[in-house]
Amino acid sequence: MSTAAGLRHDLLWQKVTIAIPYVWLLVYFLAPFAIILKISLADPVIAQPPFTPFFDSQGDITATSDNYSFLLTDKLYAVTYLKSVFMALVATLLCLALGFPMAYGIARADESTRNLLLLLIVLPFWISFLLRVYAWMGLLNNYGVINNVLMWLNVIDKPIAFMYTDFAIYVGLVYSYLPFMVLPLYATLERMDLDLVEAAQDLGARPSQAFWDVTWPLARPGVIAGCLLVFIPAMGEYVIPYLLGGPESLLIGRVLFDEFFVNRDWPLASAVAIVLLLILVVPIVFLQRSQARDAEGHA
Amino acid sequence: MKPRSRFILSVLAFGYAFLYLPLASVIVYSFNDSRLATVWGGFSTRWYGELLDNDQVLDSAFLSLRIALTVATLATIFGTMAGMALSRFSRFRGRTLFSGMITSPMVMPEVITGLSLLLLFVSMQQLVGWPAQRGFGTITIAHTTFAMAYVAIIIQSRLSAMDESLEEAAMDLGGRPLRVVFDITLPLIAPAMIAGWLLAFTLSLDDLVISSFVSGPGASTLPMLIFSKVKLGVTPDINALATLIILFVSSGVLIAWWVSRRSQRQSA
Repeated sequence: MSTAAGLRHDLLWQKVTIAIPYVWLLVYFLAPFAIILKISLADPVIAQPPFTPFFDSQGDITATSDNYSFLLTDKLYAVTYLKSVFMALVATLLCLALGFPMAYGIARADESTRNLLLLLIVLPFWISFLLRVYAWMGLLNNYGVINNVLMWLNVIDKPIAFMYTDFAIYVGLVYSYLPFMVLPLYATLERMDLDLVEAAQDLGARPSQAFWDVTWPLARPGVIAGCLLVFIPAMGEYVIPYLLGGPESLLIGRVLFDEFFVNRDWPLASAVAIVLLLILVVPIVFLQRSQARDAEGHA
Repeated sequence: MKPRSRFILSVLAFGYAFLYLPLASVIVYSFNDSRLATVWGGFSTRWYGELLDNDQVLDSAFLSLRIALTVATLATIFGTMAGMALSRFSRFRGRTLFSGMITSPMVMPEVITGLSLLLLFVSMQQLVGWPAQRGFGTITIAHTTFAMAYVAIIIQSRLSAMDESLEEAAMDLGGRPLRVVFDITLPLIAPAMIAGWLLAFTLSLDDLVISSFVSGPGASTLPMLIFSKVKLGVTPDINALATLIILFVSSGVLIAWWVSRRSQRQSA
């Protein structure tokens, strides 16, 4: 029985369903960004908490742009941002180069193998990220598994220093983010009509031509989604450069972490975060657009 | 694809070896008797024994489990609400902002999320005196915020793949919207809710960076403890701990896969 009171009750319930997660996200996701912005305009002081208040005792605003001008003038930060962008880009391309043929192979396997292969892609994602990075420390060490095997095979007579290099960071990034590349690629490749490729080849296209003219354009939504899902988190990565990289391989995530925990300069760390966020706004909006389009395509 | 298939097969083999060899080597070395993690000193299970005697490890594992259970439950409730709002209530004010806030936490670099939440907690403490101390509560709030986004996406995609006709039929027959949700919609999305709960649980158990920011003195989760040990290099007791986690998670995932495959075959 739907009575007027009952319907009002239901509408109220609908509002509550929206309001609870909405308010939670406003308070714990959106509001913190306003606070980061505010603190990035403060001066560091030795106090608890270690920054100057936004309003002084007379109620005047005490904002300063010192942190930003410091970031812009100090070469170290510019170099670190550029290096982070570069390394995240290279890691994204490496993931794509390895992930595309894998996703293609999985999408073309017969159904029972396909499910198992997909499961094996997802499984590492469920196992602790930290421990997976740690596993590479044991492999890449000077006395680690890879060097031991190479020396045992007499390929080398001295261990190669893999650890604490950019190479080790790339290995860690590709290893950790490969599933994020393979899954969206698989989703588009699996939906693709294989007859189109065969038709192109029947009409005389060489395999490489059929790939670039048919497969690649059709796979593009997956390529874009996969690349963004790897690039954005890789930009702010902290654990991988800390454990596998050397003291010179400073990435911005690690600089932010150290600025905060080691130097206890909260305002500067906030400014570092705001600039990182500005760099990432474009790819994040791009990703949301592509996912919204994808959701509409399904409906 | 025939002329390509040898290339594809070798990339697949390389890719899977790349994903699984590091895990295999951790498992093998966890049974190494030698304290030097890289020299093989014979088979032994002594590191497992030492692990179980280590109170620090047990305490932090217990804290992590308590947080993960709370987070998974809260994130499933809020995430299901958010997913339903996004896919069933098509128009409401601020919808664009809402869907943006749902997808952003998933890709936001953890250092930014962690820093921003800590600064929020510190400011709130100055203003209203809450949270008085950081630990279980603040970590739970932080984890719930990003985990509910994952749950919402799972629920949303399940609901948009699902036919609305069952719900419409129930309403046509006079069912009130709220009854329809509890009698029709929720039972239909229950598998997605379970998947979301498990994902939220895993994400919470795994998080290091955000916990490091929002935790206070004295409260250290299992990943925080592992990180503080691992910073100094490879150690045999961490190998043993990693092996336990790898075996536990893999068997859980494989059993879930096997059960769902069997139930699919039965319904087919």
